Amino acid sequence: MAKSHKPVVWFPFAAGGTVIAFFIPVIVVLTFMAALGHIPPGLSYEKMHAFASNGLGKLIIFGVVALSLWSSAHRLRCTFYDFGVRADTLVAIVLYVAAIAGSLLSAVYLLQI
Amino acid sequence: MTQMKERLVQLEVLRYNPDTDTEAHFQRYEVTCYEEGVVLDALNKIKADIDPTLNFRWSCHMAVCGSCGMMINGEPKLSCHTFLREYEGVIRVEPLTHFPIERDLVTAPDDFMEKLKRVKPYIIPKEDKPISEGEYKQTPAQLMKFRQYSMCINCMLCYAACPQYGLTPEFIGPAALTMAHRYNQDSRDGGRKERQEVVATHEGVWECTFVGACSEVCPAHVDPASALQQMKITSSIDWIVEHMIPGGKK
Amino acid sequence: MSRRPLVREVPPTSWYFRHPRYLRYMSREITSIFVGAYCLLLVVGLQRLASGPTAWEGFLLGLRSADSIVFHLLALAAAVYHATTWFNATQKAMPIQIGEDFVPGNVISGAHYVVWVVLSFAILFLVGVF
Repeated sequence: MAKSHKPVVWFPFAAGGTVIAFFIPVIVVLTFMAALGHIPPGLSYEKMHAFASNGLGKLIIFGVVALSLWSSAHRLRCTFYDFGVRADTLVAIVLYVAAIAGSLLSAVYLLQI
Repeated sequence: MTQMKERLVQLEVLRYNPDTDTEAHFQRYEVTCYEEGVVLDALNKIKADIDPTLNFRWSCHMAVCGSCGMMINGEPKLSCHTFLREYEGVIRVEPLTHFPIERDLVTAPDDFMEKLKRVKPYIIPKEDKPISEGEYKQTPAQLMKFRQYSMCINCMLCYAACPQYGLTPEFIGPAALTMAHRYNQDSRDGGRKERQEVVATHEGVWECTFVGACSEVCPAHVDPASALQQMKITSSIDWIVEHMIPGGKK
Repeated sequence: MSRRPLVREVPPTSWYFRHPRYLRYMSREITSIFVGAYCLLLVVGLQRLASGPTAWEGFLLGLRSADSIVFHLLALAAAVYHATTWFNATQKAMPIQIGEDFVPGNVISGAHYVVWVVLSFAILFLVGVF
Protein backbone atom coordinates (compact mmCIF):
# COMPACT_ATOMS: atom_id res chain seq x y z
CA MET A 1 0.00 0.00 0.00
CA ALA A 2 1.38 3.35 -1.00
CA LYS A 3 1.75 6.27 1.31
CA SER A 4 -0.97 8.85 0.89
CA HIS A 5 -0.57 12.32 -0.59
CA LYS A 6 -3.26 13.59 1.77
CA PRO A 7 -0.81 16.02 3.45
CA VAL A 8 -1.05 18.19 0.30
CA VAL A 9 -4.67 18.96 1.11
CA TRP A 10 -4.51 18.45 4.87
CA PHE A 11 -1.69 20.86 5.72
CA PRO A 12 -3.43 23.90 4.20
CA PHE A 13 -6.66 22.64 5.83
CA ALA A 14 -5.00 22.68 9.24
CA ALA A 15 -3.39 26.06 8.60
CA GLY A 16 -6.72 27.43 7.37
CA GLY A 17 -8.57 26.04 10.35
CA THR A 18 -6.22 27.97 12.61
CA VAL A 19 -6.66 31.14 10.56
CA ILE A 20 -10.46 30.80 10.64
CA ALA A 21 -10.42 30.27 14.40
CA PHE A 22 -8.29 33.34 15.11
CA PHE A 23 -9.51 35.81 12.47
CA ILE A 24 -12.86 34.99 10.90
CA PRO A 25 -15.06 35.61 13.99
CA VAL A 26 -13.80 39.18 14.40
CA ILE A 27 -14.00 39.87 10.67
CA VAL A 28 -17.61 38.67 10.69
CA VAL A 29 -18.27 41.05 13.59
CA LEU A 30 -16.95 43.93 11.47
CA THR A 31 -19.13 43.28 8.42
CA PHE A 32 -22.02 42.45 10.75
CA MET A 33 -21.70 45.97 12.14
CA ALA A 34 -21.86 47.26 8.59
CA ALA A 35 -24.93 45.10 8.02
CA LEU A 36 -26.54 46.77 11.05
CA GLY A 37 -25.70 50.19 9.64
CA HIS A 38 -22.80 51.03 11.94
CA ILE A 39 -19.89 50.89 9.52
CA PRO A 40 -16.67 50.85 11.56
CA PRO A 41 -14.36 53.75 10.62
CA GLY A 42 -11.65 51.30 9.54
CA LEU A 43 -13.92 49.89 6.81
CA SER A 44 -14.04 53.21 4.94
CA TYR A 45 -12.76 53.10 1.37
CA GLU A 46 -9.66 55.16 2.20
CA LYS A 47 -8.63 52.97 5.13
CA MET A 48 -9.35 49.66 3.39
CA HIS A 49 -7.69 50.81 0.17
CA ALA A 50 -4.62 51.97 2.07
CA PHE A 51 -4.41 48.61 3.89
CA ALA A 52 -4.80 46.62 0.68
CA SER A 53 -2.30 48.81 -1.20
CA ASN A 54 0.42 47.87 1.23
CA GLY A 55 2.37 44.71 0.33
CA LEU A 56 2.04 43.26 3.81
CA GLY A 57 -1.67 44.11 3.84
CA LYS A 58 -2.15 42.29 0.53
CA LEU A 59 -0.33 39.27 1.92
CA ILE A 60 -2.44 39.20 5.10
CA ILE A 61 -5.73 39.53 3.19
CA PHE A 62 -4.73 36.89 0.68
CA GLY A 63 -3.51 34.52 3.39
CA VAL A 64 -6.72 34.82 5.40
CA VAL A 65 -9.03 34.44 2.40
CA ALA A 66 -7.15 31.67 0.58
CA LEU A 67 -6.43 29.50 3.61
CA SER A 68 -9.96 29.90 5.00
CA LEU A 69 -11.45 29.03 1.63
CA TRP A 70 -9.27 25.95 1.33
CA SER A 71 -9.99 24.81 4.85
CA SER A 72 -13.74 25.17 4.34
CA ALA A 73 -13.60 23.35 1.02
CA HIS A 74 -11.65 20.43 2.48
CA ARG A 75 -13.90 20.11 5.51
CA LEU A 76 -16.97 20.31 3.28
CA ARG A 77 -15.52 17.50 1.17
CA CYS A 78 -15.32 15.28 4.27
CA THR A 79 -18.81 16.39 5.30
CA PHE A 80 -20.25 15.26 1.97
CA TYR A 81 -18.77 11.83 2.61
CA ASP A 82 -20.19 11.84 6.15
CA PHE A 83 -23.64 12.59 4.73
CA GLY A 84 -23.35 9.50 2.55
CA VAL A 85 -22.27 11.05 -0.77
CA ARG A 86 -19.78 8.54 -2.13
CA ALA A 87 -18.69 10.45 -5.25
CA ASP A 88 -15.67 11.72 -3.31
CA THR A 89 -13.44 12.44 -6.31
CA LEU A 90 -16.08 14.59 -7.99
CA VAL A 91 -16.90 16.42 -4.75
CA ALA A 92 -13.20 16.99 -4.08
CA ILE A 93 -12.53 18.36 -7.56
CA VAL A 94 -15.51 20.75 -7.48
CA LEU A 95 -14.75 22.09 -4.01
CA TYR A 96 -10.98 22.37 -4.42
CA VAL A 97 -11.38 24.06 -7.81
CA ALA A 98 -13.84 26.51 -6.23
CA ALA A 99 -11.39 27.29 -3.43
CA ILE A 100 -8.49 27.75 -5.85
CA ALA A 101 -10.62 29.93 -8.15
CA GLY A 102 -11.66 32.10 -5.19
CA SER A 103 -8.03 32.45 -4.13
CA LEU A 104 -6.85 33.33 -7.65
CA LEU A 105 -9.61 35.94 -8.02
CA SER A 106 -8.63 37.41 -4.64
CA ALA A 107 -5.02 37.63 -5.82
CA VAL A 108 -6.08 39.34 -9.05
CA TYR A 109 -8.28 41.88 -7.19
CA LEU A 110 -5.54 42.56 -4.66
CA LEU A 111 -3.00 43.20 -7.43
CA GLN A 112 -5.43 45.71 -9.02
CA ILE A 113 -5.52 47.76 -5.83
CA MET B 1 -23.65 -5.12 59.41
CA THR B 2 -26.20 -3.65 57.07
CA GLN B 3 -27.93 -5.83 54.52
CA MET B 4 -26.81 -5.18 50.92
CA LYS B 5 -29.62 -3.50 49.04
CA GLU B 6 -31.05 -5.25 46.02
CA ARG B 7 -32.70 -3.89 42.90
CA LEU B 8 -34.83 -5.36 40.17
CA VAL B 9 -33.09 -4.96 36.84
CA GLN B 10 -34.72 -5.18 33.43
CA LEU B 11 -32.39 -5.94 30.55
CA GLU B 12 -33.11 -6.03 26.85
CA VAL B 13 -30.39 -8.15 25.31
CA LEU B 14 -29.70 -8.59 21.60
CA ARG B 15 -29.67 -12.30 20.76
CA TYR B 16 -28.28 -14.02 17.69
CA ASN B 17 -27.78 -17.73 17.17
CA PRO B 18 -25.76 -18.44 13.99
CA ASP B 19 -27.18 -21.99 13.83
CA THR B 20 -30.83 -20.98 13.71
CA ASP B 21 -31.19 -17.20 13.19
CA THR B 22 -30.91 -15.03 10.11
CA GLU B 23 -31.40 -11.86 12.11
CA ALA B 24 -30.75 -10.66 15.63
CA HIS B 25 -33.63 -9.93 18.02
CA PHE B 26 -34.05 -8.46 21.49
CA GLN B 27 -34.96 -10.61 24.46
CA ARG B 28 -36.22 -9.15 27.74
CA TYR B 29 -34.95 -10.42 31.10
CA GLU B 30 -35.81 -9.44 34.66
CA VAL B 31 -33.35 -10.23 37.38
CA THR B 32 -32.65 -9.14 40.95
CA CYS B 33 -29.14 -7.83 41.55
CA TYR B 34 -27.22 -6.07 44.26
CA GLU B 35 -27.64 -2.31 44.21
CA GLU B 36 -23.84 -1.98 43.85
CA GLY B 37 -23.71 -4.43 40.93
CA VAL B 38 -22.57 -3.85 37.38
CA VAL B 39 -24.20 -4.86 34.09
CA LEU B 40 -21.90 -7.88 33.84
CA ASP B 41 -23.22 -9.12 37.22
CA ALA B 42 -26.75 -8.92 35.85
CA LEU B 43 -25.75 -10.89 32.75
CA ASN B 44 -24.04 -13.54 34.87
CA LYS B 45 -27.11 -13.81 37.08
CA ILE B 46 -29.30 -14.28 34.00
CA LYS B 47 -26.98 -16.95 32.67
CA ALA B 48 -26.87 -18.75 36.01
CA ASP B 49 -30.55 -18.51 37.00
CA ILE B 50 -32.67 -17.87 33.91
CA ASP B 51 -31.10 -18.60 30.55
CA PRO B 52 -27.87 -20.64 30.25
CA THR B 53 -27.87 -20.14 26.46
CA LEU B 54 -26.95 -16.45 26.73
CA ASN B 55 -23.44 -15.85 25.42
CA PHE B 56 -21.03 -13.07 26.32
CA ARG B 57 -17.30 -12.69 26.90
CA TRP B 58 -15.73 -11.67 30.18
CA SER B 59 -12.77 -12.54 32.27
CA CYS B 60 -11.32 -10.21 34.89
CA HIS B 61 -14.36 -8.26 36.13
CA MET B 62 -12.04 -5.33 36.92
CA ALA B 63 -11.63 -3.34 33.69
CA VAL B 64 -8.24 -4.81 32.92
CA CYS B 65 -8.73 -7.64 30.42
CA GLY B 66 -10.86 -5.72 27.92
CA SER B 67 -13.06 -8.64 26.93
CA CYS B 68 -16.51 -7.56 28.19
CA GLY B 69 -17.06 -4.56 25.91
CA MET B 70 -20.65 -4.13 24.72
CA MET B 71 -23.14 -1.43 23.81
CA ILE B 72 -25.10 -0.38 26.88
CA ASN B 73 -27.96 1.94 25.98
CA GLY B 74 -26.10 2.74 22.76
CA GLU B 75 -22.81 3.58 24.42
CA PRO B 76 -19.72 1.34 24.05
CA LYS B 77 -18.77 0.32 27.60
CA LEU B 78 -17.05 -2.37 29.60
CA SER B 79 -19.98 -4.18 31.21
CA CYS B 80 -17.85 -4.88 34.31
CA HIS B 81 -17.39 -1.16 34.77
CA THR B 82 -20.95 0.00 34.21
CA PHE B 83 -22.97 0.33 37.39
CA LEU B 84 -26.63 -0.68 37.38
CA ARG B 85 -27.56 2.13 39.75
CA GLU B 86 -26.69 4.67 37.05
CA TYR B 87 -29.61 3.47 34.93
CA GLU B 88 -33.36 3.91 35.19
CA GLY B 89 -35.77 1.53 33.49
CA VAL B 90 -34.84 -1.06 30.90
CA ILE B 91 -31.15 -1.33 30.06
CA ARG B 92 -30.51 -2.19 26.44
CA VAL B 93 -27.47 -4.41 25.94
CA GLU B 94 -26.09 -5.09 22.46
CA PRO B 95 -22.83 -6.48 21.07
CA LEU B 96 -20.18 -3.92 20.11
CA THR B 97 -21.30 -2.14 17.00
CA HIS B 98 -19.18 -2.20 13.79
CA PHE B 99 -18.12 -5.80 14.53
CA PRO B 100 -19.83 -8.90 13.16
CA ILE B 101 -21.88 -10.74 15.78
CA GLU B 102 -20.51 -14.20 16.44
CA ARG B 103 -23.28 -15.16 18.86
CA ASP B 104 -25.44 -13.01 21.17
CA LEU B 105 -23.11 -10.43 22.74
CA VAL B 106 -19.96 -12.07 21.39
CA THR B 107 -18.41 -10.25 18.42
CA ALA B 108 -15.72 -11.31 15.96
CA PRO B 109 -12.53 -9.33 16.67
CA ASP B 110 -10.61 -10.77 13.69
CA ASP B 111 -10.44 -7.50 11.75
CA PHE B 112 -8.99 -5.57 14.67
CA MET B 113 -6.49 -8.30 15.47
CA GLU B 114 -5.27 -8.37 11.87
CA LYS B 115 -4.88 -4.57 11.84
CA LEU B 116 -3.09 -4.53 15.16
CA LYS B 117 -0.50 -6.93 13.72
CA ARG B 118 0.00 -4.74 10.67
CA VAL B 119 1.26 -1.74 12.69
CA LYS B 120 4.02 -3.90 14.27
CA PRO B 121 3.07 -3.24 17.88
CA TYR B 122 6.39 -4.22 19.39
CA ILE B 123 9.80 -2.67 19.83
CA ILE B 124 11.94 -2.77 16.71
CA PRO B 125 15.33 -1.93 18.21
CA LYS B 126 17.27 0.97 16.69
CA GLU B 127 20.38 -1.19 16.72
CA ASP B 128 20.68 -4.75 17.85
CA LYS B 129 23.06 -5.11 20.68
CA PRO B 130 24.19 -8.34 22.31
CA ILE B 131 22.76 -9.21 25.70
CA SER B 132 26.24 -8.80 27.17
CA GLU B 133 25.98 -5.05 26.58
CA GLY B 134 23.10 -4.87 29.00
CA GLU B 135 19.59 -3.51 28.94
CA TYR B 136 18.11 -0.68 26.90
CA LYS B 137 17.84 2.11 29.45
CA GLN B 138 15.12 4.70 29.57
CA THR B 139 14.65 7.85 31.67
CA PRO B 140 11.34 8.55 33.45
CA ALA B 141 10.71 11.39 30.98
CA GLN B 142 11.22 9.01 28.04
CA LEU B 143 8.79 6.59 29.66
CA MET B 144 6.15 9.26 30.21
CA LYS B 145 6.33 10.20 26.54
CA PHE B 146 4.47 7.01 25.56
CA ARG B 147 3.13 5.61 28.86
CA GLN B 148 -0.43 6.85 28.35
CA TYR B 149 -0.68 5.08 24.98
CA SER B 150 0.62 1.82 26.42
CA MET B 151 -2.44 1.58 28.67
CA CYS B 152 -4.64 0.20 25.87
CA ILE B 153 -6.41 -3.03 26.86
CA ASN B 154 -7.59 -3.87 23.31
CA CYS B 155 -11.24 -3.73 24.36
CA MET B 156 -12.26 -2.28 20.96
CA LEU B 157 -14.71 0.22 22.46
CA CYS B 158 -13.00 2.89 20.33
CA TYR B 159 -13.76 0.92 17.16
CA ALA B 160 -17.39 0.65 18.19
CA ALA B 161 -17.46 4.41 18.79
CA CYS B 162 -15.61 5.45 15.62
CA PRO B 163 -18.08 6.27 12.83
CA GLN B 164 -15.30 6.38 10.24
CA TYR B 165 -14.42 2.76 11.01
CA GLY B 166 -18.09 1.89 10.63
CA LEU B 167 -18.35 3.70 7.30
CA THR B 168 -14.96 2.60 5.94
CA PRO B 169 -14.04 -0.79 7.38
CA GLU B 170 -10.58 -0.61 5.73
CA PHE B 171 -9.63 2.11 8.23
CA ILE B 172 -6.84 0.80 10.48
CA GLY B 173 -8.71 2.47 13.32
CA PRO B 174 -8.02 4.15 16.66
CA ALA B 175 -6.46 1.49 18.91
CA ALA B 176 -4.12 -0.06 16.32
CA LEU B 177 -2.86 3.32 15.11
CA THR B 178 -2.43 4.46 18.70
CA MET B 179 -0.32 1.36 19.31
CA ALA B 180 1.86 2.42 16.37
CA HIS B 181 2.22 5.84 18.00
CA ARG B 182 3.06 4.24 21.34
CA TYR B 183 6.05 2.40 19.83
CA ASN B 184 7.07 5.33 17.64
CA GLN B 185 7.32 7.44 20.79
CA ASP B 186 9.47 4.87 22.59
CA SER B 187 13.13 5.91 22.88
CA ARG B 188 14.24 2.29 22.45
CA ASP B 189 12.38 1.92 19.17
CA GLY B 190 13.62 2.48 15.63
CA GLY B 191 10.64 1.10 13.71
CA ARG B 192 8.77 4.28 12.84
CA LYS B 193 9.74 4.17 9.17
CA GLU B 194 8.33 0.64 8.82
CA ARG B 195 5.11 1.57 10.61
CA GLN B 196 4.66 4.65 8.41
CA GLU B 197 4.03 2.25 5.51
CA VAL B 198 0.70 1.53 7.25
CA VAL B 199 0.15 4.70 9.30
CA ALA B 200 0.64 7.18 6.44
CA THR B 201 -1.62 5.42 3.93
CA HIS B 202 -5.20 6.37 3.09
CA GLU B 203 -6.41 3.57 5.36
CA GLY B 204 -4.12 4.84 8.11
CA VAL B 205 -4.44 8.17 9.89
CA TRP B 206 -5.92 9.89 6.84
CA GLU B 207 -9.26 8.13 7.22
CA CYS B 208 -9.65 9.85 10.62
CA THR B 209 -11.71 13.07 10.69
CA PHE B 210 -11.15 13.71 14.39
CA VAL B 211 -14.62 12.90 15.61
CA GLY B 212 -13.01 12.28 18.98
CA ALA B 213 -15.49 9.57 20.01
CA CYS B 214 -12.63 7.07 20.54
CA SER B 215 -11.14 9.12 23.34
CA GLU B 216 -14.52 9.78 24.94
CA VAL B 217 -15.32 6.08 25.31
CA CYS B 218 -11.84 4.77 26.16
CA PRO B 219 -11.99 3.14 29.60
CA ALA B 220 -8.21 3.36 29.98
CA HIS B 221 -7.87 7.09 29.14
CA VAL B 222 -5.52 6.34 26.27
CA ASP B 223 -6.73 9.23 24.07
CA PRO B 224 -6.41 7.72 20.58
CA ALA B 225 -7.72 10.95 19.01
CA SER B 226 -4.66 12.75 20.31
CA ALA B 227 -2.29 10.06 19.03
CA LEU B 228 -3.85 10.18 15.56
CA GLN B 229 -3.74 13.97 15.37
CA GLN B 230 -0.07 13.93 16.29
CA MET B 231 0.61 11.31 13.64
CA LYS B 232 -1.19 13.37 11.00
CA ILE B 233 1.17 16.24 11.76
CA THR B 234 4.33 14.08 11.72
CA SER B 235 3.15 12.26 8.56
CA SER B 236 2.61 15.63 6.88
CA ILE B 237 6.09 16.77 7.87
CA ASP B 238 7.43 13.48 6.45
CA TRP B 239 5.64 14.17 3.19
CA ILE B 240 7.18 17.63 2.91
CA VAL B 241 10.64 16.26 3.62
CA GLU B 242 10.17 13.47 1.08
CA HIS B 243 8.71 15.58 -1.71
CA MET B 244 9.77 19.17 -1.32
CA ILE B 245 13.27 19.09 0.12
CA PRO B 246 15.95 18.08 -2.41
CA GLY B 247 17.69 14.92 -1.22
CA GLY B 248 15.00 14.37 1.40
CA LYS B 249 13.49 11.44 -0.48
CA LYS B 250 13.10 8.72 2.15
CA MET C 1 -20.55 -25.41 15.58
CA SER C 2 -20.76 -23.28 12.50
CA ARG C 3 -19.20 -19.87 12.27
CA ARG C 4 -21.64 -17.53 10.59
CA PRO C 5 -21.09 -14.02 11.97
CA LEU C 6 -23.89 -11.51 11.46
CA VAL C 7 -22.63 -8.37 9.75
CA ARG C 8 -24.61 -5.23 10.51
CA GLU C 9 -24.50 -2.37 8.02
CA VAL C 10 -23.92 1.21 9.12
CA PRO C 11 -26.59 3.46 7.57
CA PRO C 12 -24.38 5.76 5.45
CA THR C 13 -26.77 8.72 5.33
CA SER C 14 -28.18 8.69 8.87
CA TRP C 15 -25.51 7.21 11.17
CA TYR C 16 -25.04 10.53 13.00
CA PHE C 17 -28.48 10.24 14.60
CA ARG C 18 -27.22 7.27 16.59
CA HIS C 19 -25.53 9.32 19.29
CA PRO C 20 -25.51 12.97 20.40
CA ARG C 21 -21.72 13.12 20.09
CA TYR C 22 -22.04 12.40 16.37
CA LEU C 23 -24.48 15.28 16.00
CA ARG C 24 -21.99 17.51 17.81
CA TYR C 25 -19.30 16.37 15.35
CA MET C 26 -21.54 17.00 12.36
CA SER C 27 -22.43 20.49 13.56
CA ARG C 28 -18.70 21.22 13.80
CA GLU C 29 -18.23 20.00 10.23
CA ILE C 30 -21.22 21.95 8.95
CA THR C 31 -19.68 25.23 10.14
CA SER C 32 -17.56 24.93 6.99
CA ILE C 33 -20.62 25.72 4.85
CA PHE C 34 -21.19 29.07 6.52
CA VAL C 35 -17.53 29.94 6.90
CA GLY C 36 -16.92 29.00 3.26
CA ALA C 37 -19.89 31.10 2.08
CA TYR C 38 -18.63 34.01 4.16
CA CYS C 39 -15.19 33.72 2.55
CA LEU C 40 -16.86 33.99 -0.86
CA LEU C 41 -18.49 37.20 0.39
CA LEU C 42 -15.00 38.43 1.28
CA VAL C 43 -13.84 37.66 -2.29
CA VAL C 44 -16.76 39.74 -3.61
CA GLY C 45 -15.77 42.51 -1.19
CA LEU C 46 -12.22 42.50 -2.57
CA GLN C 47 -13.58 42.81 -6.09
CA ARG C 48 -15.64 45.83 -4.98
CA LEU C 49 -12.67 47.36 -3.23
CA ALA C 50 -10.60 46.98 -6.40
CA SER C 51 -13.36 48.68 -8.44
CA GLY C 52 -13.17 52.01 -6.60
CA PRO C 53 -14.89 54.01 -3.88
CA THR C 54 -18.42 53.91 -5.28
CA ALA C 55 -18.37 50.15 -5.68
CA TRP C 56 -17.00 49.68 -2.14
CA GLU C 57 -19.61 52.01 -0.59
CA GLY C 58 -22.24 50.09 -2.55
CA PHE C 59 -20.91 46.81 -1.19
CA LEU C 60 -21.16 48.03 2.40
CA LEU C 61 -24.66 49.41 1.80
CA GLY C 62 -25.66 46.15 0.14
CA LEU C 63 -24.91 44.34 3.39
CA ARG C 64 -27.78 46.20 5.06
CA SER C 65 -30.62 43.75 4.61
CA ALA C 66 -32.51 41.30 6.78
CA ASP C 67 -31.07 38.37 4.82
CA SER C 68 -27.58 39.68 5.34
CA ILE C 69 -28.15 40.07 9.07
CA VAL C 70 -29.39 36.49 9.34
CA PHE C 71 -26.44 35.27 7.26
CA HIS C 72 -24.00 37.18 9.45
CA LEU C 73 -25.52 35.69 12.60
CA LEU C 74 -25.17 32.19 11.16
CA ALA C 75 -21.62 32.88 10.00
CA LEU C 76 -20.70 34.33 13.39
CA ALA C 77 -22.12 31.35 15.26
CA ALA C 78 -20.33 28.97 12.90
CA ALA C 79 -17.01 30.80 13.13
CA VAL C 80 -17.12 31.03 16.92
CA TYR C 81 -18.13 27.37 17.24
CA HIS C 82 -15.33 26.38 14.90
CA ALA C 83 -12.89 28.45 16.95
CA THR C 84 -13.84 26.81 20.24
CA THR C 85 -13.61 23.29 18.82
CA TRP C 86 -10.30 24.18 17.19
CA PHE C 87 -8.73 25.63 20.33
CA ASN C 88 -10.03 22.73 22.42
CA ALA C 89 -8.34 20.37 19.95
CA THR C 90 -4.93 22.03 20.17
CA GLN C 91 -4.11 20.19 23.37
CA LYS C 92 -4.71 16.89 21.57
CA ALA C 93 -2.73 17.73 18.46
CA MET C 94 0.19 19.41 20.19
CA PRO C 95 0.81 18.06 23.67
CA ILE C 96 3.83 19.65 25.32
CA GLN C 97 6.08 17.61 27.60
CA ILE C 98 8.41 19.44 29.98
CA GLY C 99 10.70 17.01 31.74
CA GLU C 100 8.56 14.11 32.91
CA ASP C 101 5.26 15.97 32.98
CA PHE C 102 2.92 17.09 30.28
CA VAL C 103 1.63 20.66 30.37
CA PRO C 104 -2.06 20.36 31.40
CA GLY C 105 -4.24 20.35 28.31
CA ASN C 106 -6.41 23.24 29.40
CA VAL C 107 -3.31 25.42 29.75
CA ILE C 108 -2.51 24.83 26.06
CA SER C 109 -6.10 25.44 24.95
CA GLY C 110 -6.48 28.33 27.40
CA ALA C 111 -3.41 30.06 25.95
CA HIS C 112 -5.04 29.88 22.52
CA TYR C 113 -8.25 31.42 23.89
CA VAL C 114 -6.25 34.27 25.47
CA VAL C 115 -4.42 34.98 22.20
CA TRP C 116 -7.75 34.83 20.35
CA VAL C 117 -9.44 37.38 22.61
CA VAL C 118 -6.43 39.72 22.58
CA LEU C 119 -6.11 39.50 18.80
CA SER C 120 -9.82 40.09 18.26
CA PHE C 121 -9.88 43.17 20.49
CA ALA C 122 -6.69 44.48 18.89
CA ILE C 123 -8.30 44.20 15.46
CA LEU C 124 -11.52 45.85 16.65
CA PHE C 125 -9.40 48.65 18.12
CA LEU C 126 -7.35 49.08 14.94
CA VAL C 127 -10.51 49.27 12.85
CA GLY C 128 -11.74 52.00 15.17
CA VAL C 129 -14.70 50.21 16.73
CA PHE C 130 -13.63 51.72 20.05
